[in-house]
Amino acid sequence: MNRLIKFVVLDMIKNRTILGYTLLLAIFSWSVFGLEDNATKGVLTLLNIMLLIVPLVSIIFSTIYIYNSSEFIDLMVSQPVKRSKIWTSLFIGLSISQILAFVVGVGIPLLLFAPLNIALSMISVGCIVSIIFIAIAFLACAITHDKSKGIGVSIMLWLYFALLFDGLVLFLLFQFADYPIEHIMIGITMLSPIDMARILILLQLNVSALLGHTGAIFTDFFGTIIGTFISTFVLCLWAIIPFYLSLRMFNKKDL
Amino acid sequence: MGRIKQVIDKTKRQTMLSILSIVFAFIANGKTITVGQNKQCKTIHQAIKIAATFDTIEIHEGLYKEGNIVVNKSLYIKGINKPVLDGEKKFEIISVKSNYTTIDGLIVQHSGYATLDDPGGIKVYDAHHVNIINNTLSDNFFGIYIQYGQHCIIKNNNIEAFGVEEQQIGNGIHCWKSDSLQIIGNKITGHRDGIYFEFVKGSIIWRNISYKNIRYGLHFMFSNDDAYIGNIFKNNGAGVSVMFTKNVKMINNYFSDNWGDAAYGLLLKEISDAYIFNNRFLSNTSGIYMEGTSRIKVENNSFNNNGWGMKIQASCMENNIINNNFKNNTFDISTNGSLVLNVFNKNYWDKYEGYDLNKDNIGDVAYHPLSLFSIIVENNASVMLLYQSFFAMLLDKSEKVIPSLTPTNFIDEQPLMHPILL
Repeated sequence: MNRLIKFVVLDMIKNRTILGYTLLLAIFSWSVFGLEDNATKGVLTLLNIMLLIVPLVSIIFSTIYIYNSSEFIDLMVSQPVKRSKIWTSLFIGLSISQILAFVVGVGIPLLLFAPLNIALSMISVGCIVSIIFIAIAFLACAITHDKSKGIGVSIMLWLYFALLFDGLVLFLLFQFADYPIEHIMIGITMLSPIDMARILILLQLNVSALLGHTGAIFTDFFGTIIGTFISTFVLCLWAIIPFYLSLRMFNKKDL
Repeated sequence: MGRIKQVIDKTKRQTMLSILSIVFAFIANGKTITVGQNKQCKTIHQAIKIAATFDTIEIHEGLYKEGNIVVNKSLYIKGINKPVLDGEKKFEIISVKSNYTTIDGLIVQHSGYATLDDPGGIKVYDAHHVNIINNTLSDNFFGIYIQYGQHCIIKNNNIEAFGVEEQQIGNGIHCWKSDSLQIIGNKITGHRDGIYFEFVKGSIIWRNISYKNIRYGLHFMFSNDDAYIGNIFKNNGAGVSVMFTKNVKMINNYFSDNWGDAAYGLLLKEISDAYIFNNRFLSNTSGIYMEGTSRIKVENNSFNNNGWGMKIQASCMENNIINNNFKNNTFDISTNGSLVLNVFNKNYWDKYEGYDLNKDNIGDVAYHPLSLFSIIVENNASVMLLYQSFFAMLLDKSEKVIPSLTPTNFIDEQPLMHPILL
């Protein structure tokens, strides 16, 4: 398994797309901090870019990569290696390479320009978001055999989490404006890893005062040790569940 | 003609009289009574007892725990090397009940705490021409309390307290039903409100620094015809609040870091005919919050790094917002209705994306300072959950291109291309 992971990681590092992705992230982050004289504003802009681009690249790139390595997977399956090992190593390999790209691209400027605690939480949240969307890509790949369908599913899933879910939240907030739904909103936010990541970071910045009453309720929840534990746990679940489902499908799949 | 001459003569006579009285004041020099360990009097009580009107009492270095000291004669009470008057957390320390009294250079500390009669470090009861200068007031319930005072000067005092809760602590400088006060160069911290005005007329607040107070740095209620100029209000629990007042001038002040859930740089409620000129609003949750204001002129101010530059409720009318700089605010303006009765003109907005073909520094396209997201948030505060999300960004962008939900007449017709030098 270790050899498989090593092989995937090496293959990825040689991949031009990953290099380009790293470069893109680096250019964005450096220019954001170069243009903004206020570190908080820089972090906010970067957060915006991060929560848009990182999921998109993670999900699309992983989907394409898995479909492209279908021959490699076929070859491996014919060897005396467990199917779950092949699938897991692919996942771990992809995750390691994406995280590397993210840490090199965004992490370094963050550590240099942003306050340490915010930089560290941004980096960890970014890494988790990368892993989550790789897991979702694996699920999309396991669902369908057809490459174009798989990519379509991935794009739809990204669009849902990045855009449609927020629209849904807005709709809910207006429909139930007369009811105290702030606590329920904490639960609903957990249904989207992007929203949760965004709110987790926002609450650490001083702009959280702008969030008003709802922000205070969220701070009360996420500020506690139990809240932090739960939110980390939920984010991890977001990575584990889609991957576990995809693994089960892959194990039974007729290749 | 004769009438005018009469009036002039009368004025001349009055001027002569006042000059004479000043001269007499110098000639008719009172005696000096010293208070201290090896001095004429051991206690301040004794000194006041033997003093005649217009005498000077010099209190020398030392700690005086004399309970409540009532000043009922016109005296000049002067501290030499900062003597300490201690109220032992039981008494009001100095009660001034006479006109033409000066209190200078004392340290007044540990006044009592009582919510019924509000003891202060120095409290003035129904007196005029009282000067309170160069004192240090530390850990008192109320710092300086003026009640029915006229022509009083409160100058260069250092007022600090260590309040934790609003109910447990009074105000730094509290003025009630007074007239023609001058509050100059004081430093106030840790009280409930730094400076509090209620029913105070014709007074000026100049060059004070009010910071880290629990509630407001400055609080105005029912106080007409006052001005505050060149003050610094920083890091107060809720900023500065001016309510139910007419004709207030706010000039050259600095409102900064009033940051928190219900904090405002400047909160204006039910006020009219005010003039807000050349102030700086930096890093406040809301720079200015206006509710029910009318005929206010907001001119040459700069709004930087605030959550909301200005929140103007729909209950405001005939306000002019002219020649201000709006930079780096999360939202420049927000409002809660579609009725717009205020004028915005010639402001600089850093989010303006228009062009200026004839290079006259005025943008050729009108600017809509209201973002759709800020309006949605105003209607439903919880929507702020979507702040900084891709969705909110898209909403704003589409609204900028085709304004449909934001009031179309909420515009700056002549936005400036470059910030005004302030």
